[in-house]
Amino acid sequence: MSAPPLLELRNLSTHYVSARGTRVVRAVDEVSLTLEAGSTLGIVGESGSGKSTLALTILRLLPPAARITSGEILFDGEDLRAKSDVEMRRIRGKRIAMILQDPMASLNPLFTIGDQVAEPVRVHEGTGRAGAWSRAKELLKAVRISAPESRVGEYPHQMSGGMRQRIVGAIAISCSPRLLIADEPTTSLDLTIQAQYLNLLRDLQRQHELALIFITHNLGIVAKMCDQVAVMYAGRLVEWGPVTRIFDAPAHPYTQALLGSIPRMGDGRERLTAIEGQPPDLAAPPSGCAFHPRCPQAMAHCHEEAPPETALAPRHTVRCWLSVPNPVQPAPVR
Amino acid sequence: MSSRSAALTVAGRLTSFRTDGFPLIPTSILGALLFLAVFANVVAPHDPEVGILGERFRPPVWQQGGSEKFLLGSDHLGRDVLSRLIFGARVSIVVGFTAVLVAGVLGTVLGILSGYLGGWVDQVIMRVTDTWLALPALTFAIFLAAVVGPSEMNIVIILGAVYWTRYARVIRGEVLSLKERDFVRLAIVAGCSKRTIMKRHILPNVLNSAIVLGTLMLGVVVVTEAALSFLGVGVPPPKPAWGLMLADGKKGMMAGYWWLTVLPGCCIMLMVLSANLLGDWLRVKLDPQLRQL
Amino acid sequence: MKQYIAKRAGFAAISLVLLSITIFLLVRLSGDPTVLLVEPGASQADIEAIRLQFGLDRPIWVQYGHFVSSLVRGDLGHSFYYRTPVLELYLSRLPSSLLLASAAMVFSLLIGIPTGIIAAVRVNRWWDSAGKVFALLGLSLPSFWVGLLLILFFSVYLGWLPSSGSGTAAHLLMPAFALGWYFAAAHMRLTRSSMLDVLGSEYVKLARLKGLPEALVIGKHAFKNALIPVLTLAGINLVIMVNVAVVVETVFAWPGIGRLLYEGIAFRDFPVVQATVILNGGMVVIVSLLVDILYAVIDPRIRLAR
Repeated sequence: MSAPPLLELRNLSTHYVSARGTRVVRAVDEVSLTLEAGSTLGIVGESGSGKSTLALTILRLLPPAARITSGEILFDGEDLRAKSDVEMRRIRGKRIAMILQDPMASLNPLFTIGDQVAEPVRVHEGTGRAGAWSRAKELLKAVRISAPESRVGEYPHQMSGGMRQRIVGAIAISCSPRLLIADEPTTSLDLTIQAQYLNLLRDLQRQHELALIFITHNLGIVAKMCDQVAVMYAGRLVEWGPVTRIFDAPAHPYTQALLGSIPRMGDGRERLTAIEGQPPDLAAPPSGCAFHPRCPQAMAHCHEEAPPETALAPRHTVRCWLSVPNPVQPAPVR
Repeated sequence: MSSRSAALTVAGRLTSFRTDGFPLIPTSILGALLFLAVFANVVAPHDPEVGILGERFRPPVWQQGGSEKFLLGSDHLGRDVLSRLIFGARVSIVVGFTAVLVAGVLGTVLGILSGYLGGWVDQVIMRVTDTWLALPALTFAIFLAAVVGPSEMNIVIILGAVYWTRYARVIRGEVLSLKERDFVRLAIVAGCSKRTIMKRHILPNVLNSAIVLGTLMLGVVVVTEAALSFLGVGVPPPKPAWGLMLADGKKGMMAGYWWLTVLPGCCIMLMVLSANLLGDWLRVKLDPQLRQL
Repeated sequence: MKQYIAKRAGFAAISLVLLSITIFLLVRLSGDPTVLLVEPGASQADIEAIRLQFGLDRPIWVQYGHFVSSLVRGDLGHSFYYRTPVLELYLSRLPSSLLLASAAMVFSLLIGIPTGIIAAVRVNRWWDSAGKVFALLGLSLPSFWVGLLLILFFSVYLGWLPSSGSGTAAHLLMPAFALGWYFAAAHMRLTRSSMLDVLGSEYVKLARLKGLPEALVIGKHAFKNALIPVLTLAGINLVIMVNVAVVVETVFAWPGIGRLLYEGIAFRDFPVVQATVILNGGMVVIVSLLVDILYAVIDPRIRLAR
């Protein structure tokens, strides 16, 4: 634990501002966490909770309406917020790679697989055409694509969904990055292919000593793949800590509800809609703790003030009044 | 669009027109042209069709040789340009608005029938629409003009016949999506006749699109009319149509009689530009779905 | 791809048939077609001869059969004015028309594509607004008026360029500009919207995630994809240009098909008018088919489909 972490986020906030500056959406709000080299972090939360924005914030590839308003992104000890656009470009694809959600749409339909896989190598390492081409074949072999010699010359539409997803994986690892962010990498794949793909990612992680960030709403994947988990709700990190700890004893009511909603093996019926109520409108979030309208344990104070981040253990934090040492009067409101 | 009766929505949207960059200048220009068209007899200083041969090619008043009698000069037959421009507004407005109306009514009705009834009605209407659309509008209009002969009335019919297809396409698409909406399904379940549903539920809801399209078509129609008149298959002389004035003006152009070319063109441009600006604004305001158009 | 082409060709064939029916019926329905088909000032005996020749006393489907069989044989009638087969006239004018349309197309693409891309990349900034004004003006100014203004300025006042005729590059300049102006605006609009679509796509996002320089993201990944709809439109617009050129050709006395059509009207030469419309319409259908095929060649998704 003495070596500096690979990635450290300190009070990171990203806001979307409407064209006239009248509406502000706090998509990422005061997020702090750390990630060690070679380890795996799962970020979970409902859609719209800010997971993907957080990933794009780390890479500084936000849409024009979004601004990083405060905080630091320390990667290998360097603050990425202080980097110039050109420096950031040299980091993307080379030291931090990302896999997007939709493998069907992530590949450019007009260029060959080989061209697209070899591209980062050519740009970041200045490898020539021939060298990059043979590297592309190796990469395809590494992600277990059969007959890479002929596949490099083919086009994305000739591949199945699972193959495309592996090709996207090959692109991500092409320059041996230190950190790989995968945004819902398996949602569009069927179950067997999903499992194969996760195994592949784990093997790649071992071979390349990759740190992985998994963005998902599938807690099963988190349990299988991750060392740590970060739970996001309405742009905030409501709980962050080791997977074993959080799965055994979740501290935040939202985490508890999420874990309660996992369909269990052999449980015949799937219970997927465990949390009552609607996800909050981020443009007009509830007062106080954003989760209070849906929280079964909400107290009067939860309406008034957002809970501070409380450390339960050295690497386990939670944002909930229930975990604050001096709880205000516990009067249930519902 | 809301699922409530759209007649209300139109009214509602119209009341909120003040806000958000209402195109005041284009609307004023169109309004002024409309005024000139209606009161042309009163406003115009001279008879637009009778010239004084002794006063040919007079330049506008501010140039040397100009006289106050002809504020904007005179043409090759000694006719007052200003009066011809004013009466030309009448021709453009009458032809433009009626042609848009003819095309709009025809296209909207056929579009609704095609979209709502489906089946062979849809097939027939859409095949005709496609073939009609494949014919380049201007060539087709010239051909029709050559077949039926030039007159103001025929121009309206020709422009209506050429441009209804654009409405039919858009309106049909809109009807197809309206058909799936709850209020239409409810009306079907409630036992309304097809006729009633098309008239009471579908028509009011496609009216927004028809209005937007009509405004945008106004510019197209005015340019086409001018082109036809310019080529001699539009409004027959000696009527003062802007396109016809340009054709006449071309004769004096090499001698430097610029006002005969520049002024009628400016009028066409002002009208078309105003209609387009107003149409663009209406499109954003009334019918967000048409923004891609 | 063969199947794709066969299907497109089938559609094109249907369009051609419908086109011939449309033209045929419009001429018959307008009243007495002999008035149109007979030379102005012809004697009663001549009129009767024409009636017999076209079978105008026979049932309408027989007449249509006659009409189509002449079309297929390439017999589009004789010009009253030139006393030659109309098809010959048309073909002799076609190269001029294509030259003008190609020049106008090159001009419109050279202006339209770069401005469209800049407007999309700098969306909602100054450049984008300037582009919108340009597009609006382009779509609102009638081409023949632009042509007249060009003559007034460059020929009459400055005396730099010839006001009419053809033969040299200088003759081509103004007509190409006047004709291409509107299309430059149309191509700019489409380039902008298609580029905006592509820039929002996942593969462009991935290209940025790869750390590619922005020039490569735009110039390679976005450009080629954004260009497909623009080139499709441009292909069809080339034929549309041949058609709309009638006014510009009249203004500049450019000896193309548009000018032929104008003469047909001016000299009351109906066979010329009818043949020009049929051939122009047919050309639109055929070129649309060719564009579809070309599209298939550019796009591997269609090219490699079995």
